[in-house]
Amino acid sequence: MKNTPIVEMKNIHKSFFHVEVLKGVDFSLYPGEIHALMGENGAGKSTLMKILTGIHKSDEGEIDYKGEKVTYTSPKDAEKDGIAVIHQELNIIPYLSVAENMFLGKELKHGPFGLLKNKEMNKKSQEYLNRLGITIDSIKPAGELSVGQQQMIEIARAIAADTEVLIMDEPTAALTDREIDTLFKVMNQLRKDGVAIIYISHRMEEIFKICDRITVLRDGQSIGTKETLTTDFEEIVKMMVGRELGERFPKRTSTIGENRFVVDNLSHEGIFENITFNVRKGEILGVAGLMGAGRTEIMETIFGARKKSGGRISLDGKELTIRKPHHAIKAGIGFITEDRKDEGLILGLSVRENLVIPNLKTFSKTGIVKEKKEKQWTEEMILKLRIKTSGPEQEVKSLSGGNQQKVVFGKWLGIEPKLLILDEPTRGVDVGAKKEIYSIMNELTERGFSIIMVSSELPEILGMSDRVMVIHEGKVTAIIDREDANQEKIMEAATGGVRT
Amino acid sequence: MNKISKGLGSVQKLGPVLGLVLITIILAIMSPNFLTVDNILNVLRQVSINAIIAFGMTFVILTGGIDLSVGSILALGSALTAGMLASGMDPILAVLIGLLAGAIMGLINGVIITKGKVAPFIATLATMTIFRGLTLVYTDGRPITGLSDSISFQMIGKGYFFGIPFPVVTMLIAYFILFFILRKTTFGRGVYAIGGNEEASLLSGLKVDRLKMGVYSITGLLSALAGITLTSRLNSAQPTAGVSYELDAIAAVVLGGTSLSGGRGWIFGTLIGALIIGVLNNGLNLLNVSSFYQQVVKGGVILLAVLLDRKKAA
Ligand SMILES: Nc1ncnc2c1ncn2[C@@H]1O[C@H](COP(=O)(O)OP(=O)(O)OP(=O)(O)O)[C@@H](O)[C@H]1O
Ligand SMILES: [Mg+2]
Repeated sequence: MKNTPIVEMKNIHKSFFHVEVLKGVDFSLYPGEIHALMGENGAGKSTLMKILTGIHKSDEGEIDYKGEKVTYTSPKDAEKDGIAVIHQELNIIPYLSVAENMFLGKELKHGPFGLLKNKEMNKKSQEYLNRLGITIDSIKPAGELSVGQQQMIEIARAIAADTEVLIMDEPTAALTDREIDTLFKVMNQLRKDGVAIIYISHRMEEIFKICDRITVLRDGQSIGTKETLTTDFEEIVKMMVGRELGERFPKRTSTIGENRFVVDNLSHEGIFENITFNVRKGEILGVAGLMGAGRTEIMETIFGARKKSGGRISLDGKELTIRKPHHAIKAGIGFITEDRKDEGLILGLSVRENLVIPNLKTFSKTGIVKEKKEKQWTEEMILKLRIKTSGPEQEVKSLSGGNQQKVVFGKWLGIEPKLLILDEPTRGVDVGAKKEIYSIMNELTERGFSIIMVSSELPEILGMSDRVMVIHEGKVTAIIDREDANQEKIMEAATGGVRT
Repeated sequence: MNKISKGLGSVQKLGPVLGLVLITIILAIMSPNFLTVDNILNVLRQVSINAIIAFGMTFVILTGGIDLSVGSILALGSALTAGMLASGMDPILAVLIGLLAGAIMGLINGVIITKGKVAPFIATLATMTIFRGLTLVYTDGRPITGLSDSISFQMIGKGYFFGIPFPVVTMLIAYFILFFILRKTTFGRGVYAIGGNEEASLLSGLKVDRLKMGVYSITGLLSALAGITLTSRLNSAQPTAGVSYELDAIAAVVLGGTSLSGGRGWIFGTLIGALIIGVLNNGLNLLNVSSFYQQVVKGGVILLAVLLDRKKAA
């Protein structure tokens, strides 16, 4: 680490519509360090980074880059100077190829007419991808890739440029363990090359594994900066939430009842086959597996968002015919999707409107919405889930990532589902809010609801599941009881090991 | 913040109203005949047909779709109603059947779009031609005249209600009903939701197909209503009635600030948008501007409005 900071942000203030979200933040970054930026959902991490890269303008304060005062007016400006960002929300154009996405806005061209050097771009992007250890065909349309793969393209895009400062806003939220390992290798290499990395994540293990220093924001203020080696988990969490949080997972005392939900030989040609499992009353069934194993597709099929090619589903002994999501909802099944931006939320609508959508029946009479009841319930939900918002009418688009996730969660609590399917329920959610979500899951199962939780975070799978089902390449490779479940067993089954 | 951002929203929404006021003031200064009670009622009557269609178009555009067939539905609805009247059918029944026919034509659009998975632009481009063709077949390419002399039918287009032209009353009633549907019902919620994010709406359990079919049916019904009003006013049905009306309707919606990509907008804006177009037409006529130039001015105003809107959004 050199002695002069490459980036120094001083006394940064920022308000949106007269609500101050950054209240004089200081932040400095040195070349060759990986610096974690931590804080609860809505603490202002993304906003601070957006100010650094010229997406937002600060109301007050100064940014020095390599010792000189800078004001960027667009991310492109910042990129020219060597500051690249991987945003929390994906920015991939689905119809363009992987290579086209990677070179978007900085295409390689021939001579004065600007004809595109397509071959060269395809070749180069393939190189970058290989460097990251990813096997993706660079001429494939980006929309056909999984979320995790799309994320890797963004990373490849960012490091393809001559980057001196790399900002990563929750880059691993959608990545598998293997992909994360690759990413960390790349990050270590970049650090050796003297690149300064700002790393935002809600995953504690990662922070302590890869970062040199940690700066914590709380409510738009810098609380402090610590060396990773001399601090610990508890201290950081306390700095983040301002109080002791205690155990990460609330105690799970499950009272499991009779069989409730049965999936029998569910198949979808080419994606998954002969999926058979059951969920009992009050049970949380964790579903583990690598990215692309088909977990999400199985859940979407159960929910009626995809057609099945065979198999049966029954709830409480009654066979269900689900062809559309509304059939599933009517039967008492709720589904929290993994991609909140495309599938979970209607970004242009308010918190209230989003929360209420699956519950419109409850809040209306002969098709007319009962606004008072609706508003009251929305306010309850906001309190219950501690959604950080200026009020029920705020557009969900302007909520922080974690708070958006809470809105998605809240949507489904209203229908009081018998079975709730959660696909990556705590992605991008801060430690405190995670615990709240776990508590809600416990509360729901205590009331006799059943939960299926798909998750790529093993600690979460191990901490919350009563049983763990492991999927590998579209097949169930193991169903493990809570007592017998451990990381090794799950990973073995997830990579195609033997059935236990 | 809530109050403030809401306030900000309403300032933005004031745009179309300010535009209307501005145009009215300019025209009032330039032409002394403009701001008279007679002329204003005249403008309102002229506006009503476009406004009624544009209300339906607002629903369609809010879902992220478009309906090019409104003019043809107007013509076929008008012709069918006129035909029934000419054959001596009870006028009320004839009108109801005419409206139903419009709704069914709209439903056909909806079915093609949802079940056939055809893009709304293409689907309604096709039905626009089909419905127009059917109108020509039905009327044999000639106007249908000699309709009923029933007072109640004459009222629809020519009558007055406490001094207000009946078409204007029809327009206002339609406005209030549709405003209510959009703002206060689960159906209206669904319209905004689908336009905002269809995938998320589907996964939230909205019956997306059914909602869309409803939206196109409403638009069909309103187009037929406009057609019947026109028929009554002219006391005949013209096979070429309503040609290019879809453009004025879309213009009214856009002028009113509704986003063509769906999910954002309001029906009040459409009313104002229709008024802007009507006032412009009327004012330019009074000023003896040639109809060729009128088109240029109208197009210019639409462009300006959209550009200003862009600025505000940025
Ligand atoms: N464009 C905007 N308009 C209004 N409010 C905004 C806007 N962008 C952010 N905010 C608000 O600013 C606050 C900070 O948001 P920010 O996205 O920086 O949080 P974050 O620390 O990145 O959270 P997370 O961990 O959930 O991603 C939030 O309360 C958010 O609602
Ligand atoms: Mg963020």
